Amino acid sequence: MIEIGLGHYLSLGAIIFFLGVIGIFLNRKNIIVILMSIELILLAVNINLISFSIFSGDIVGQIFTMLILTVAAAEAAIGLAIIVIYYRNKGSIRVEDIHGMKG
Amino acid sequence: MLNNLNILLPEIFLTLSIFSILMIGVFIKESFNLIFNLSSAIILFTIAIILNSSNETEKVFLDSFTRDSFSNFFKILILIASLFVLNTSKVFIIDNKIRKFEYPIIILLSILGMFFMVSSNDIILFYLGLELQSLSLYILASIDRDNLRSSESGIKYFVLSALSSGLLLYGCSLLYGFTGSTNFDLIADQLIKDNKGAVFAMVFVLVGLAFKVSAVPFHMWTPDVYEGAPTSITSYFAVVPKVAGLAVLIKFMFIPFSNILSEWQLIIIFISIASMILGAVAAIVQKNIKRLLAYSSIGHVGYALAGVATGVISGYESSIIYISIYVVMNVGAFSCLYLLKKDGEYRENISDLSGLSKKQPLLAISFLVILFSLAGIPPLAGFFAKFYVFTAVIEQKMYALAIIGLLTTVISAFYYLRIIKIIYFDDSAISFDPVKNSVAKLSVLISCAILITFFLYPAILNNLVDALFIN
Repeated sequence: MIEIGLGHYLSLGAIIFFLGVIGIFLNRKNIIVILMSIELILLAVNINLISFSIFSGDIVGQIFTMLILTVAAAEAAIGLAIIVIYYRNKGSIRVEDIHGMKG
Repeated sequence: MLNNLNILLPEIFLTLSIFSILMIGVFIKESFNLIFNLSSAIILFTIAIILNSSNETEKVFLDSFTRDSFSNFFKILILIASLFVLNTSKVFIIDNKIRKFEYPIIILLSILGMFFMVSSNDIILFYLGLELQSLSLYILASIDRDNLRSSESGIKYFVLSALSSGLLLYGCSLLYGFTGSTNFDLIADQLIKDNKGAVFAMVFVLVGLAFKVSAVPFHMWTPDVYEGAPTSITSYFAVVPKVAGLAVLIKFMFIPFSNILSEWQLIIIFISIASMILGAVAAIVQKNIKRLLAYSSIGHVGYALAGVATGVISGYESSIIYISIYVVMNVGAFSCLYLLKKDGEYRENISDLSGLSKKQPLLAISFLVILFSLAGIPPLAGFFAKFYVFTAVIEQKMYALAIIGLLTTVISAFYYLRIIKIIYFDDSAISFDPVKNSVAKLSVLISCAILITFFLYPAILNNLVDALFIN
């Protein structure tokens, strides 16, 4: 049996974080997927903060996590609202269709 | 305890008044004018409160919040810039039917976020202030919700800004883990060259901050958002968040990252050179004035970052002077755009300006002064801004940075001069309607006056900025 230490948690956080970043750049279909990727990034940060907090015995990291959860909820709400008004104007939320301005 | 609250008085006043005017807006119908005037009054009151507070450094709430001359200076700069941006754009807002009472309230909320950003001495408070500012800016970018371009710019800004907030936050979490604290002063003690994890975290934080000031290679959103958002919002984007972003960047370099100068210096030099070059080259082919101003602002951020890259106090001071003069120039430039109206529609193509000098000689000469100043031609204020930055850079023997900076200044002079050529020497295409926007005219006049007379007594600004780093 291996002992699960800080390094394992940090690796998990890093993997989820990079999955989120890759999700934003490789995604060619739907903006909702981008919204999910952003949530993934914030959750990866939370895993980092909580594991640091537990292993260093300092409570501040967990407080930070609570605040990040709140901000993530607000961000998702505003993001969805913007997507809704875009859909009303354009009739589509495909990533390929968002190219009204270029240059 | 009451004394502590005194230190937060500007923030408390701003928060309570935002809640009150939000209630007024909800319960009184057709309240745009009322809310708008109340917001201007609130901004003026907040300026008065900050001017009355002392400039001594005080830290409250477990050292997470600082009030010092640095934060006071930036708060006043933010407030004055917002006051001008808000009042010059009132006629534009009404003409374009975006007269929602939420508009000035959301601007006040973003100002509150910036207040916490420039005052923070703790990662948590910094992040919350940054998010309050960003969330308000997402809404502002897409405030013209029946317009496809405005909502598209909102989506683009939201996705890229949320990504950069995520990168910055990941950096913050690693910074917390590897230094064991969220306080800037304690981080500064722990953040040394041997602490490899924390140096790695610093890169992520820098990426997030570079995005907020739209420096290359994190500038992708700038031209699209500037073009798509209504001009009143664009002028806000071009001025106020840039000031707050640069203030936070300088604060990060000055306090938490002060012991790893050699690690971040190369990154900032690279970002600065890339921004200067892209700002100069990409603006040449633009046909839309707002898009051109977007690239020009990327270039100007590059010059301001050149001052930061020196890593010494005189360099930071030069970039603070640079951003202050940049605010004056951009407020003037955008006020000019509010005066270009034809058949009920505001024009934003460069070709529409042709022959402006024959029809509206006063507007043409103001454009000339502002564009010359943006290009950095003496004796206008824009020249002195660049002069201070490059003096500081050369004093640190960073000759390559100074030479590239001067070369890009010459390249960027080309597109500013091209607009002046179109205004003065091309045949007139359209004649603009007279616009009843006396505030915009006044603001053009004030900014031209400041730009022209700055060389008479530059010590006013210099002395103010010199006092910021005494502590």
